[in-house]
Amino acid sequence: MLTVKDFRQALLTALWFMFLTFPLLVIKVNPVEKSILWRWSNLAWVGGVSFGLFVASRLLLAFRAARRERIRLGLAQETPPLLPRLLAQRAVTLPLLGIGALFFLAFPTLFSTYQVNIMSTALMYVVLGLGLNIVVGVAGLLDLGYVAFYAVGAYSYALLHLHFGLGFWTVLPIGGLLGALFGILLGFPVLRLRGDYLAIVTLGFGEIIRLVLENWTEFSQGPSGIANIPRPGLFGIELSLEASIIYLYYLMILMVLFTIFMINRLQNSRIGRAWYALREDDIACQAMGIDKTRTKLTAFALGATWAGMAGVFFAAKTTFVNPASFTFLESAIILCIVVLGGMGSIVGVIVGALVLILLPEYLRAVADYRMLAFGAVLVVMMVFRPQGIVATVRRSYTVNR
Amino acid sequence: MDPLLTVSGLTMDFGGIRALDHLDLRLHPGEIAALIGPNGAGKTTLFNCLTGIYAPTGGELLLTPPGQAPKRLNGLKPNQITAQGVARTFQNIRLFPNMTVLENVMIGRHCRTHATVFGAIFRPPAVRHEEKAIVGMSLALLERVNLADQANEYAKHLPYGAQRRLEIGRALATEPLLLLLDEPAAGMNPQETLELNELIRSIRDDGTAILLIEHDMKLVMRLSDHIFVLDYGRKIAEGSPEEVRHNPAVIRAYLGEESIHA
Repeated sequence: MLTVKDFRQALLTALWFMFLTFPLLVIKVNPVEKSILWRWSNLAWVGGVSFGLFVASRLLLAFRAARRERIRLGLAQETPPLLPRLLAQRAVTLPLLGIGALFFLAFPTLFSTYQVNIMSTALMYVVLGLGLNIVVGVAGLLDLGYVAFYAVGAYSYALLHLHFGLGFWTVLPIGGLLGALFGILLGFPVLRLRGDYLAIVTLGFGEIIRLVLENWTEFSQGPSGIANIPRPGLFGIELSLEASIIYLYYLMILMVLFTIFMINRLQNSRIGRAWYALREDDIACQAMGIDKTRTKLTAFALGATWAGMAGVFFAAKTTFVNPASFTFLESAIILCIVVLGGMGSIVGVIVGALVLILLPEYLRAVADYRMLAFGAVLVVMMVFRPQGIVATVRRSYTVNR
Repeated sequence: MDPLLTVSGLTMDFGGIRALDHLDLRLHPGEIAALIGPNGAGKTTLFNCLTGIYAPTGGELLLTPPGQAPKRLNGLKPNQITAQGVARTFQNIRLFPNMTVLENVMIGRHCRTHATVFGAIFRPPAVRHEEKAIVGMSLALLERVNLADQANEYAKHLPYGAQRRLEIGRALATEPLLLLLDEPAAGMNPQETLELNELIRSIRDDGTAILLIEHDMKLVMRLSDHIFVLDYGRKIAEGSPEEVRHNPAVIRAYLGEESIHA
């Protein structure tokens, strides 16, 4: 199956990786003693691992190609992918759901407050991912400035509390509405744009919001941010710090469930179908009588609504907001969650968010190489599984004949 | 009877090139008309003008639904034109490849249904009823184009001929008064073409007027009540299949100058 050429390429790849990682992994400068530590064993590791991975990937691709050939010749049957097939069976999904629900309910009793806090963050990204999924995954509009709506939500809580003393529960819907409003504001100028152009404009919009918050000091207190934002209230009961973290965790769980419910309903509706059609072919979509303008605007507005609400949660969780929390990197991570998890798939986005947010937390042991590993995972995923961890499966209808 | 579609003086310029030159067409309700002409004659451009994908440089497009006042189609957006009752298929198939066959047809119901975002979330009885009706009608249309067995397949997995039929089914879901078919028989085998012939007739018998672009002359001659011949953006002839077949201008356009004298 593998030829000499493959091995030669593997060797070249290994050498290239050794060259690339040389300054980072081999040379270690000790500025105090003014000496250099050469870690040659790392070089051998990099070379060996990249050689092995390359050969393995070639084997996998060759195996896949052979299988496709057999299917084409009629020698083998095409089997639907394993994961969706399993997920389609109630006998599998119900116990899984039960175990998952128990785990998430019992999480605060099983783990420390620190872990609970991390999990709350991950759940917040689940909400953000599901919101962006409407825009990118379902309607196919590449939005690189999603964090702007997150910032709008966070600052609406911070500012409304600062100036008017409004509480979390009052601001939560207001944050969502303001998010939607800004979604429409962004939507109007980009209605004519597609693909790369749309991505650039949304990127610009995201930066504009951040720069305004950073520089309009009278309005947003600039880079120093707004502190002392209260945590969510529970009928006026005073909560200890620990209790309020656990309380917020359960609120996040409720928020995630609420989001899943809403987005599931939206996707399986007249509006949701129009979004999918827009992603698939916008000319045919219009020719079939769908108002492109309105469909795009609803996608932007609804996606931004969830970012706005997640922003309110963020402000309540950290009790402090400043513009540095809303950089392009945040947008990129949320986009990664959607793409890695599986565009358009609710389960996929949840898995993607949990993996992408929790994995770096638990990989602190190799903290120095976290971003390196992160990048490698993304590259490998896009090469071998571009449809994401959990690919979308279109709903099937029962046909009574 | 008033014509269903009146095209008068339709002109379309692309930069310095005149793709359509003062074109006049009339199409009556319940009629199957064909639009023929050599490649580049402007047939698809006419379709794109009629469906709002291009904004015509000049001329009038009028749609007169039976018993109603004429409506101007110029300047309407593609979706508004579809809502007025003009649906189309595409020369290079434009289905929604990653949606199921049934969903493709359900999209066609969009402009005849009303559920809003709030309806989608709260699902009041009216919306549930509407969804049921969408699925029911879409399935019925799939029966009609002989695709009901593949309802839950992805559109991209259908064979070529079936994709063409699905495009027709999807267009019918918009309840058109006028159906524009752009080369519906392209890539079909003789058996499929025969079935297409029957399908188009049955659509006409249900009261939908049809305007089709087609290169399969046997199909055109067998099917059409009226034929328009285009060449270099001008209408060079029109009439019944018999009249068009013997028109010297048509023969010249198709076969070249010399063959007349040969």
